[in-house]
Amino acid sequence: MRARGLITAAAVIIAVGLTTSPVRASGDGIELPSQDWSFAGVFGTFDRGELQRGFQVYKEVCSGCHSLNYIAFRNLADLGFNELEVKAIAAGYEVQDGPNKEGEMFNRPGLPADRIPAPFPNDNAARASNGGALPPDLSLMVDARPDGANYLYALLTGYDDAPSGMTVAEGMNYNTYFPGHQVAMPPPLFDDGVEYADGTKATAAQQARDITAFLAWTTEPNMEARKEMGVMAILFLLIMTGLLYLSKRKIWADVH
Amino acid sequence: MSGPNFSNSVVRWIDHRLPVFTFMHHEMHEYPTPKNLNYWWNFGSLAGIVLVILIVTGIVLAMHYTPHVDYAFQSVERIMRDVNYGWLIRYIHANGASFFFIVVYIHIFRGMYYGSYKAPRELLWILGVVILLLMMATAFMGYVLPWGQMSFWGATVITNLFSVIPIVGDWIVTLLWGGFSVDNPTLNRFFSLHFLLPFVIVGVVVLHIVALHRFGSNNPLGIDVRGKQDSIPFHPYYTIKDMFGLGVFLTIFAAVVFFLPNAMGHADNYIPANPLVTPAHIVPEWYFLPFYAILRAIPDKLMGVLAMFAAIGVLFILPWLDRSPIRSGTFRPLFKIFFWLLLADCVMLTYLGGKPPEGVYVILSRLGTLYYFFHFLILLPGLSIFETPKPLPRSISQPVLGSGAGPVTAEKENS
Repeated sequence: MRARGLITAAAVIIAVGLTTSPVRASGDGIELPSQDWSFAGVFGTFDRGELQRGFQVYKEVCSGCHSLNYIAFRNLADLGFNELEVKAIAAGYEVQDGPNKEGEMFNRPGLPADRIPAPFPNDNAARASNGGALPPDLSLMVDARPDGANYLYALLTGYDDAPSGMTVAEGMNYNTYFPGHQVAMPPPLFDDGVEYADGTKATAAQQARDITAFLAWTTEPNMEARKEMGVMAILFLLIMTGLLYLSKRKIWADVH
Repeated sequence: MSGPNFSNSVVRWIDHRLPVFTFMHHEMHEYPTPKNLNYWWNFGSLAGIVLVILIVTGIVLAMHYTPHVDYAFQSVERIMRDVNYGWLIRYIHANGASFFFIVVYIHIFRGMYYGSYKAPRELLWILGVVILLLMMATAFMGYVLPWGQMSFWGATVITNLFSVIPIVGDWIVTLLWGGFSVDNPTLNRFFSLHFLLPFVIVGVVVLHIVALHRFGSNNPLGIDVRGKQDSIPFHPYYTIKDMFGLGVFLTIFAAVVFFLPNAMGHADNYIPANPLVTPAHIVPEWYFLPFYAILRAIPDKLMGVLAMFAAIGVLFILPWLDRSPIRSGTFRPLFKIFFWLLLADCVMLTYLGGKPPEGVYVILSRLGTLYYFFHFLILLPGLSIFETPKPLPRSISQPVLGSGAGPVTAEKENS
């Protein structure tokens, strides 16, 4: 049957599409080692503990230079924080508001509706503090790089001594996985650089894992809703298509 | 009037004054359709449905989108994060565009294989090529709207192509940009035109269907319907067959929308547009890649642009390039081979369009381009002279009513 041929073809396309190869090349042709991510695959979900630890790494390490412009404190409820905790986290930040009745800008403690404040007021200020390099906003990082999650983990754990014969420019650092191998960002993560509240041992690799998972969440906070709806949509469509096929057979029975 | 007899009196009252129900009955219900259409004939109605999906999701997106260089990227992210089911609507729209091209490309190759462009359906075919051109313009402008890096640089590369046109080239580019570089006026006019063109496409689709219904569908045997025994009413036979095809399509579409929504996009487009930083490789969307490969295959810029447009232009004159009176490739042993070669050539060009223009990729692009034009301009006109077609079945119903079904039996009976 031709119909069955088409269905088989469709199944093959889906199967091929959903199978991820163990090693993928980044944009620069450097092979990225593939990690096991809880959020990968059709039924993948975020690990709340991992996300909260990742947020802690962002807050204590990355946020010194990198903004997270698309995330508001209220979004942190997704990480498993309750309303009071979100309010407390927000209140820990100073946020500029205004103008008030006198026309002055003023600072106040953050509210859940505020976005996480950026470390620098503008790009030029960010460059001036970072030797001319602009630390990119991290909100969309996992989608903004090919094979983003594996790339970020590889980058954060990929600092090494430059191979002999290669001169690394002033203010740059050698990294195995950065395109061109010279990155302005110094190695950001160290063993026990943060102290995890849940007792997880804070190795540099563990921190890299947690921050990557957290950035996968900031990139697409709706991912779990998407996959959940996807499973139901596909099940519905399979049943509907099956019924349509049977109807088609019945209606066409007198033609052949 | 010998119209249908409607039982509902309101329908009768309206139909007497405004015969829309009679029209619908003629064109969608009793419309005689060859009884032997295979599943490749599903893709026409499928393309129409995808167009509607794109228009509906696009209208909702336009309610939340801000066409300004400072806010476009942010407004798209707001749709993804804060608008209720905005992520779903945007993923359907973005992937829907890709699927529109998949469906339409299959529809075009089906038309080529079964000779659906031949008399008396030349205008039907030409209107289809017009739709393809409009789709390309619409998709290109739509890709610019999120104002990511690939949006910006794709727009810069493609609009610059027009500058090679002698005398008026620079003037046209300035007009496209609304200034002297890709900037806010460009984004604004692209948004306006991206909203407008789909409705122009709907208009041409209506003409396409009017032309189709003049002589009815071609069929896998490529021979004319000879009487009532060869055709069946469109409803319920093809409505249910199209519905089943739609179900299969939607299942595949949903798999991509829900589980691989960014697989057909480019990571660089999640980086906001920056006129000061050029991406390492500027690559257009996959459905433009064969044409991009042809553009880059030719060393001269003007000739490259001409070749790229000629690659579509040649489709307009296809009904007169292929001189064989036999429509269906089933009965043309040589044509059949070259059809698959052309398809392989197009797949190869698609692959090459995504590769950097260096080394063996350039050589293969040139060979592929050469073969593409060789197929249409030399092979097809010559083929009708050298080829001995297989004998045609006498009618559609004969092989269908015989022991088996379809053209294979027909060939056996006649040889």
